[in-house]
Amino acid sequence: MEPVTVVSGRAVPLDRSDVDTDQIIPSDWLKRVERTGFGRGLFSEWRDDPGFVLNRPEHQGATILVAGPNFGIGSSREHAVWALMDYGFRAVVSPRFADIFRTNCTKQGLVPVEVDPELGRALLRAVQEDPGLEVTIDVVRLTIEAPAAGLAGRFPLDEFTQQRLLHGWDDVGLTLRHEPAIEAYERSLPDWLPRVAPNPS
Amino acid sequence: MSTGPVSTGPVGDDRGTPRTLFEKVWERHVVHRAPGEPDLLFIDLHLVHEVTSPQAFDGLRLAGRRVRHPELTVATADHNVPTTDIDQPVADPISARQLEVLSKNCAEFGIACFPMGHPNQGIVHVIGPELGLSLPGMTIVCGDSHTSTHGALGALAFGIGTSEVEHVLATQTLPQRRPAAMAVEVEGELPLGVSAKDIVLAVIGRIGTGGGAGHVIEYRGSAIRSLSMEGRMTICNMSIEAGARAGMVAPDDVTFAYLEGRPHAPKGAAFERALDDWRTLPTDEGAVFDTTVRLDAATLRPHVTWGTNPAQVAPIDGSVPSPDQFADPAAREAVARALAYMGLQPGTPIREVPVDTVFIGSCTNSRIEDLRAAAAVLEGRRVRPGLRALVVPGSRRVRQQAEAEGLDRVFKAAGFEWREPGCSMCLAMNPDKLQPGERCASTSNRNFEGRQGRGGRTHLVSPAVAAATAVAGHFAAPEDL
Ligand code: SF4
Repeated sequence: MEPVTVVSGRAVPLDRSDVDTDQIIPSDWLKRVERTGFGRGLFSEWRDDPGFVLNRPEHQGATILVAGPNFGIGSSREHAVWALMDYGFRAVVSPRFADIFRTNCTKQGLVPVEVDPELGRALLRAVQEDPGLEVTIDVVRLTIEAPAAGLAGRFPLDEFTQQRLLHGWDDVGLTLRHEPAIEAYERSLPDWLPRVAPNPS
Repeated sequence: MSTGPVSTGPVGDDRGTPRTLFEKVWERHVVHRAPGEPDLLFIDLHLVHEVTSPQAFDGLRLAGRRVRHPELTVATADHNVPTTDIDQPVADPISARQLEVLSKNCAEFGIACFPMGHPNQGIVHVIGPELGLSLPGMTIVCGDSHTSTHGALGALAFGIGTSEVEHVLATQTLPQRRPAAMAVEVEGELPLGVSAKDIVLAVIGRIGTGGGAGHVIEYRGSAIRSLSMEGRMTICNMSIEAGARAGMVAPDDVTFAYLEGRPHAPKGAAFERALDDWRTLPTDEGAVFDTTVRLDAATLRPHVTWGTNPAQVAPIDGSVPSPDQFADPAAREAVARALAYMGLQPGTPIREVPVDTVFIGSCTNSRIEDLRAAAAVLEGRRVRPGLRALVVPGSRRVRQQAEAEGLDRVFKAAGFEWREPGCSMCLAMNPDKLQPGERCASTSNRNFEGRQGRGGRTHLVSPAVAAATAVAGHFAAPEDL
């Protein structure tokens, strides 16, 4: 994962709640065995509508998605995060994220910015009124600011995840520091745990 | 960064204070704990399917890593598999490739794999319990949000993304922050015709799609205890639809009777030893939950969703709501958008909504008991002419058992198509899809826009309501026939 410190740029206002991962990337797209190229599938059913916010010329090149509450509910598909990032987003703002989606974001370096509902609404309105509004998300200070609209707030991120994002650390590498603890644990596994042999070749 | 103290085995065995089932299972799996860091949990069983694993195996190869515990990893093909002509090559070349990649990856890394046609093949959340792979007190993960299903056995089971799949393959552990504990207590006796599906739809309707976020739910109370294992699985399955990390039910004699004799469940003395352990798992008297939700079983009715998320649900005796009934402007708009997508008018009685398709299947309701409940309604009746109706058993074993009981004949005589096992029309990755504008009564778990095919309209119901609806041509409870 690439380290991420600051995300700064224009935003797209997606004024909907309960945006599920089937909407973010429909299941047709899940047949691919690669990790790249999902940007074209992002919100593909909604994008058929020329008036859909992502299609508007004033929002091209935006790096931040601002959405309603319960963003990323539904399926665990990390493809949703790959699609958002492949399209060009580096941060998503919502008053509440679904748990698995949020974790998937932090594994890939897409910053989940959980704001209080009032700031979320104010930001949606501000970006709707001024598509050129510059929004800055700072992963060091855990702040989100849009000075031209007079908006500022903080967002939560536990220190461990924050450090991982800032340094772009590989999770597997971090875990393998605890190899002795894993080995010790493995010696205590109960004998009734199912162990399954591979298919005969 | 500090690595913190390195533990030398299971930690946190604190027998003094009353603890919940969830806490007990969590604590016994902590491999490493340090202030400011997530707990590192050992994973007892890793289930794998073709959709969320290819990129994880690629990651392993890129990093030159192996699978740490192939014997604790089991794969099955379910999302893409066709449910007809399975002796023919898979027609969709991209699906075919994904299925082939799964088999190849499993062969390369030494993992047991149940491809299409294998006697153990089926939906990943159906085969885990039925093979005795999912047992009380275990930690179980899968790159699939409905992994919560396995919590019905008293396991801590949750869905993960592909990066985490790779992490578990490489280390058999997962760094996790401990969620909060929620109790959903359902007391009383369920009225006739009301099933586990109706309980969970009512719960989601009550707490919303985000109500369980950051929590593990334990389902408790007399109505839960009186359910079969299949019913408990249906409820735990849809925990994710309330936003919860996992759902659990305390293991009891129903659980143990279900498990005894299953292919991978312990046998003989080992089963007795396991039982001694499993009996210590249920929540202690006096243990504290962070949140509690209570439901009176006696007041429940069959439920039908009318919108585009599972919380948009009503009793079958109700009507399609009007956006005006919602105070919050955002909710009003969401309801209006859902009704427009669903092609529904406010005030229409649910029973008057006609359907084109009935789908009985998915990891929520495709087990033997679900098929029995639907068949009991269909016995001696016919599907409404012009309506398409399919049954997709959750696994090959379920299919075989249903055939041994003659249920396939009941379904076929009624006019249902009797299919091969897989996810099928639950998410429409295989050829079973709705056409734009088609309306479906479905026993699956998600009524999201386009979930069953672009433009398709999904209403979530129980197997009994699905069967009655197939006969009536509009939403109906068995008592209406
Ligand atoms: S049946 Fe549906 S919900 Fe269950 S695993 Fe398959 S696609 Fe997912």
